[in-house]
Amino acid sequence: MSERYDAIVVGAGHNGLVCASLLAKAGKKVLVLEANDQVGGAAVSRSFAEGYSVSACAHLLYQLQPQVKKDLGLKFDLAADRIGTVALATDGNHVRLNGDEIFGVSDEDAASYKDFRRRMTRFADLLKTFLNKSPPRLGKDASKADLFTLAQLGFDLRRLGKTEMRQFLRLIGINIFDELEERFQNPVLKGALSVDAVLGTHLGPRSPNTILTYLYRLAGSHGTLSMPAGGMGTVSNALAQSARDNGATIRTGMRVKKIVIENGRAAGVETEDGESFSSWLVVSNADPKSTIMDLVSARNVETGFTHRVHHMRCKGNAAKLHLALDGLPDINGIDKREYGDRFLIAPDHKYVERAFNHAKYGETSSNPILEITFPSFRDTTLAPTGKHVMSAIVQYAPYDLKEGWSDKTRDAFTEVAIDKLAEYAPDIRSRITATEMLTPADIEQQFNITGGHWHHGELTLDQFLFTRPVGGAAQYAMPLDGLYLCGAGAHPGGGVSGAAGRNAARSILKREKTA
Amino acid sequence: MTIQEVEQARFKSPFYPRQAELDRLNRWHEWKGYSSADGFFDTTLEYFAIRNSTGVFDLTPMTKYRITGPDSLEFLNRLVTRDMRKIKPGRVAYAVWCDDEGQVIDDGTIFHLREGEYRLCSQERHMAWLQAAAIGMDVSIVDETHDIAALAIQGPTSFSILQKMDLDGLENLKMFGLTHFDFKGTELMVSRTGFTGDLGYEVWLSPDKAEAFWDALFAAGKFHGIRAMGTDALEQSRIEAGYIAAYVDFLPANVTVRSGRSRSPLELGLDWLVDFKKPNFNGRRALAKEKREGSTWRLVKLDIEGNKPAHHSYIYAKSGGRKKEVGFITSAAWSPVCKQNIAIGTVRTPHGKVGDKLHVEVFYQREMHWSRLMAEATVVDKPFWDPPRRRATPPGPY
Repeated sequence: MSERYDAIVVGAGHNGLVCASLLAKAGKKVLVLEANDQVGGAAVSRSFAEGYSVSACAHLLYQLQPQVKKDLGLKFDLAADRIGTVALATDGNHVRLNGDEIFGVSDEDAASYKDFRRRMTRFADLLKTFLNKSPPRLGKDASKADLFTLAQLGFDLRRLGKTEMRQFLRLIGINIFDELEERFQNPVLKGALSVDAVLGTHLGPRSPNTILTYLYRLAGSHGTLSMPAGGMGTVSNALAQSARDNGATIRTGMRVKKIVIENGRAAGVETEDGESFSSWLVVSNADPKSTIMDLVSARNVETGFTHRVHHMRCKGNAAKLHLALDGLPDINGIDKREYGDRFLIAPDHKYVERAFNHAKYGETSSNPILEITFPSFRDTTLAPTGKHVMSAIVQYAPYDLKEGWSDKTRDAFTEVAIDKLAEYAPDIRSRITATEMLTPADIEQQFNITGGHWHHGELTLDQFLFTRPVGGAAQYAMPLDGLYLCGAGAHPGGGVSGAAGRNAARSILKREKTA
Repeated sequence: MTIQEVEQARFKSPFYPRQAELDRLNRWHEWKGYSSADGFFDTTLEYFAIRNSTGVFDLTPMTKYRITGPDSLEFLNRLVTRDMRKIKPGRVAYAVWCDDEGQVIDDGTIFHLREGEYRLCSQERHMAWLQAAAIGMDVSIVDETHDIAALAIQGPTSFSILQKMDLDGLENLKMFGLTHFDFKGTELMVSRTGFTGDLGYEVWLSPDKAEAFWDALFAAGKFHGIRAMGTDALEQSRIEAGYIAAYVDFLPANVTVRSGRSRSPLELGLDWLVDFKKPNFNGRRALAKEKREGSTWRLVKLDIEGNKPAHHSYIYAKSGGRKKEVGFITSAAWSPVCKQNIAIGTVRTPHGKVGDKLHVEVFYQREMHWSRLMAEATVVDKPFWDPPRRRATPPGPY
């Protein structure tokens, strides 16, 4: 007889930990099983060279929902807060952004930016209320609570006022390229805003609904960037501690092989080592595709549902580059005091779209976009004294690379990225002592995310809100009794936000009460 | 000016040349891309051939999928509602398959040709759905509609005719059984199946031997009243047999737009095809719920007084002295062989229990003028036409 729990959470990603902690807090006996030896999923800090460590995937914190922090009484130290952004220009006329402030552009652009920010943050706040609720069920299965939520969403939308509501509805589906083109002159500014709209997606600035992805990024703290002390692993460790304090058991190095289905409902899990655990409640932090296709097996769920899950778009496009440096490189036109900021390489919005063009055809960008940070500048624990680490997101590196990902193709793309860096920091090559590049294929393999996608599924309108991950499963409950999703693949999506985990836990507890 | 005849973009069955020779009506319709005859000579006589001698219907346009591979049984068992593990090689199963909401997509027959090798036949095409159901399974699904010529040979003399063609052992073939023979060096599959509710067989072979087979069959049947028949005669006989037809008595769930216009197997009187004891199948969750909470609709076979077919009639039930509309007729016919006014319809539950007396509103036209009558209709259980010869093994010589 295997050990019985009230709930088993498959995967200790940050959402899984949030969900586990909240379920445990509500008095459930919770077991969390994590395949890797570290908790946190893609929100981990790890060493990539002797003495150098870095946030392995997510490296900036900007979406963690205040509700999550409040519900769990979460406390951790920040190494840096209100991190500024420097959009690098080839000619040294960099644009500097921080919150509502902007430097290095014309007065017209500055005024336009203020207006843009005002509108975007307002819309983002509206989106935020959507993100922290289970999306309502529509159609004949809709309950009174669903209709109430829907009415509330409609009311919030209407409260924007007639003009702004129209603007919201106009903007939500369109691409950011057109909007930037209408508003701004400065190409570097347009490039920088494009980057924020497309990071982590298989979208270019000209792709539809890139305003939605931009708003999604702002829908936490208006895009205010911070860096936890000790890297992103600190957040996950704090969440794990909160889960343990609430009574949950977390076991790492336990890869779940399958979710046991009995009589059409979830009944427990089996690990690769042959251990089995029973529970009438299985919550998967894994992405929807591997949850259904691998863990549950397609034959245990309905055909139409399998079909929809099978066709979910979840192929990642962002690579992660880590460099160990024996000192800070010289970036043209950048003062040494500014190295705590975030640097963007995307000199204009057309550059970003051109970088994306390659990805459409299964190639890596020959001129990639980069989001660069030097975490050790503010957090000296990450590198030996006097030395530094660089952590950068490099796009686009499609999961479905035409030639296939291998050491050779990975090395080639690493060279392309470093060459691009060298255009702005000419001495970078001489500073490098170790390099690590994580392609989407590596992210898939090391962090157990199908397609290596940040969001466990493309963040587009057809995979959003009511239809995230797919139609018929929007309220965290899968079409199998006792099986739930709590990861980025569920509403609202990825990023270190904890919203999916929190919503899932609340949805589960509510259902349990009514059942 | 000469008007050029444009050939219609339709497939012609390999039996077409022989059918064309017999055709006196020139009434063809389209069936899944093929030309299919309404009738050839006189549809009433064709119908009587089914009941009194033998009618031959061209089944080639019927959708046929060959399903093979290590997971073929598991795949079919996941697809359809009945337990396919019970269907051994050499047997045929009537089955329905449902969407996620437990609504019928189509019905059809599954032939277990050899161990692990199946043929799925249905009126409609379903490749996309079958492919979706096969995700994650090692199974091959090949559309062999064009590669297999097929005839339905139906009627009391059908056995005698086929026996004359030296099909040894055919006398031992039970209903819903299938067996293989050699016909001029090609494989001939014969199954004791049909859509007429009478003694009958279906034969399946390679198209290049189709004409040769037709000739041999009609030569053997010369003194047994063999006759080619079209869809009209088949339709009449299938209503008598109490069989339901897609697009007539139910709509495939994947083509309905409005909610509530599709039907579950329980609502179509096919509960005997739904096996909740077998492993997961598509629609199970929804059907289990329906079983617990009750269905909305019920399919009924009606014996109606009078002799005027109740085409498209409303069905009424008496409640508290008032007649209330509870459903409608989907198929209706005067049955010459049963001497009965018969119909298949759909009513709202709880109406339509066996033995219930309902009323149908029949409209009929006499010299342009419409008349209306209310006729009593009794809900019956058994097929209208189900003669003992249908299942007698060995079949009698007629």
